[in-house]
Amino acid sequence: MTTTSSTARTPMRTSRRRARGRQRWIGWAFVGPFMAVFALVLVAPVVYSIGLSLFREQLVGGTAFVGLENYGTALADPKFWEALGRVVLFLVVQVPIMLGIALVASLAIDSARLFASSFFRISIFLPYAVPAVVATLMWGFMYGTRFGLIGNLNDAFGIELPAPLSGSWVLASIGNIVTWEFVGYNMLIFYAALRVIPTDLYEAAALDGAGAFRIIRNIKIPAIRGAIVIAGIFSVIGSFQLFNEPNILKSIAPNAISTYFTPNMYAYNLSFSGQQFNYSAAIAIIMGLVTAVIAYVVQLSGSRKEAVR
Amino acid sequence: MTTRSTIRRWAGVAVAAALAGSLAACATPSGGSEQGSASAEEIAAALQKESSITVWGWAPQLEPIVEAFEEKYPKIDVKLENVGTGNDHYTKLQNAIKAGTGAPDVAQVEYYALPQFALSGAFADLTGFGADELEDQYTASTWGSVSIDGGVYALPQDSGPMAMFYRADVFEKLGLEVPTTWDEYIAAGQAIHAADPNAYITNDVGDAGFTTSMIWQAGGQPYAVENGTDVTIDFADEGSTKWADTWNQLVENELVAPISSWSDEWYQGLGDGSIATLVIGAWMPGNLESGVPDAAGKWRVAPMPTYEEGVAAAAENGGGGDAVLEQSKNKLVAYGFLEFLNGPEGAAIHAANGGFPSTVADLESEDFLGYESDYFGGQKINEVLVQASKDVVPGWSYLPFQTYANSIYGDTVGQSYANASDLNEGLAAWQEASVQYGIDQGFTVNGK
Repeated sequence: MTTTSSTARTPMRTSRRRARGRQRWIGWAFVGPFMAVFALVLVAPVVYSIGLSLFREQLVGGTAFVGLENYGTALADPKFWEALGRVVLFLVVQVPIMLGIALVASLAIDSARLFASSFFRISIFLPYAVPAVVATLMWGFMYGTRFGLIGNLNDAFGIELPAPLSGSWVLASIGNIVTWEFVGYNMLIFYAALRVIPTDLYEAAALDGAGAFRIIRNIKIPAIRGAIVIAGIFSVIGSFQLFNEPNILKSIAPNAISTYFTPNMYAYNLSFSGQQFNYSAAIAIIMGLVTAVIAYVVQLSGSRKEAVR
Repeated sequence: MTTRSTIRRWAGVAVAAALAGSLAACATPSGGSEQGSASAEEIAAALQKESSITVWGWAPQLEPIVEAFEEKYPKIDVKLENVGTGNDHYTKLQNAIKAGTGAPDVAQVEYYALPQFALSGAFADLTGFGADELEDQYTASTWGSVSIDGGVYALPQDSGPMAMFYRADVFEKLGLEVPTTWDEYIAAGQAIHAADPNAYITNDVGDAGFTTSMIWQAGGQPYAVENGTDVTIDFADEGSTKWADTWNQLVENELVAPISSWSDEWYQGLGDGSIATLVIGAWMPGNLESGVPDAAGKWRVAPMPTYEEGVAAAAENGGGGDAVLEQSKNKLVAYGFLEFLNGPEGAAIHAANGGFPSTVADLESEDFLGYESDYFGGQKINEVLVQASKDVVPGWSYLPFQTYANSIYGDTVGQSYANASDLNEGLAAWQEASVQYGIDQGFTVNGK
């Protein structure tokens, strides 16, 4: 934004200072709309939630300031830890699988050996265009053991597949839905990163006698490490935010999915069926912090590896 | 799962929380006390003056009743709003009540949710308007549901005395008698499942409304409320245990279909006979006719099985009425509307539109009793259902935080269903969680 030509043309100190002052204000004017919206839709609600979390309102007895008591309760709440543990398990298992599939798919498309690769690409990406609610309802129907796809498979082959919506399998079933939904999205991120790798690197590698897998290992994957880290961060955040899929499946698997299945569901149910807005706000703030910390750790470890190289 | 949607989601949660908080922060305005009572003349006069009221409700019968009301009282403008069904409706209502403004003048409320609003002072006590004189118009069980702590907090609209709907063809084919006691019911359940492993006597994956109604029928009184805030929760009482021990025989032996009510599978099961009976409220026939048209002629209705041969007992399952909000600035008109909505005129329209009434006059009318349902093979179903309304066991009450208790049912009793294990344990867990919530909310709770 600073133009050297303008400062060179006006060597006088006062006018330069004035110009600089004006420039400073012009800068704010450009940032202003964003800052206003940012303050209104992000900062204000967060500040309000923090304020809310410091009170306790009861059906009998009204509202009282309780300081950090809600946070203490949350940290000692086994339901909260169970919910958090569940999304951590989800994160550890589902995210690597999803990103792994996405990586393989993007490398396959990028290899240029694939027949009808654009069709392949669009069909993997398509589930991302399906709203999560619709996707979950659709999968929920297929998961049915009586009239759904699983039921049909059982009938057709005379086998007894495990019920996807039973207590012990439901998390894996949700993981399957989420993977199906987001593989295409992550694949696209990886593919975009692969496309910007200079092709002369491949030529040089080929001249040096490197095979396709060597190129993948030593050129492609290091080159898209940044994209992988970004996708990883998105997925970490997404896992901690898990809400739509279990909340919708709850209507068909009410006993397998509890009201505190994920931290977000817990916060939601606390405030909307229990009117415990204050406690719910405390849970939301804690989850926000946990998510920020873990996302930061992922980013840090990703960029450190880059620095080491 | 992208940052964009993540931010949006977080913002959504935060905004919702902030809204809820700002609503909560507002003080409840005074007022309304000057409208706490009125004579019939004053109400009649208010109905002839230009004014408007807002009504929240989801019952399909509300619309024709509002139309008829506006025709009779052209100066009153009734704004009917559907803000959601069941829990969504109560959440919005609760928020508006906390905010102190924005609540409707009249709200639909199911019997189970009524104590929550009545005891917290959100609904107006209607005795000051002469509602206590209307007792004779309604069945004893619905009147019992709206009279709380010496006040009347709603007027009953529909009722759901429980009965057993069954597939006559299934029982006939297997040569089974229609059960009249729960022992016979369990025996029939075994026979049906033995004949066809895909067929069950009924479906049940655990449902708070069903459980409480079944305990009600068994004579249990797990909930007791005194002075509005002294709550006792005891799922180890005789009636509760009696139901749990009986139903255990079906649940533990996996003799009930693991199908959620109102799901697609459920309708299919009701249609093909793999769900042979439904013990459910008297509002069910309309749902069967519209949801399972293929099974026309195959369903019949019989009294709910009982624990002792020949001692009739039933319970209410669902149903509700309408209440006037304490917040309303136009209570006279609101009450005038309530009298129309839940009185003879409204009840007639309600019944004509498929509702099961709570008014004695409609239940006893010959037209109603003599109605032969084609769907039920010409059976006079209302004779059975009206008898059920008379056999409802008295003395039941719900918790002042029943909507929340029902929301955690799946976490507790639902686990017994999921594991096909002892329901008594699930009930104990439900009790514990409910007691904890009551204490957190400032109630004095005794959990035995």
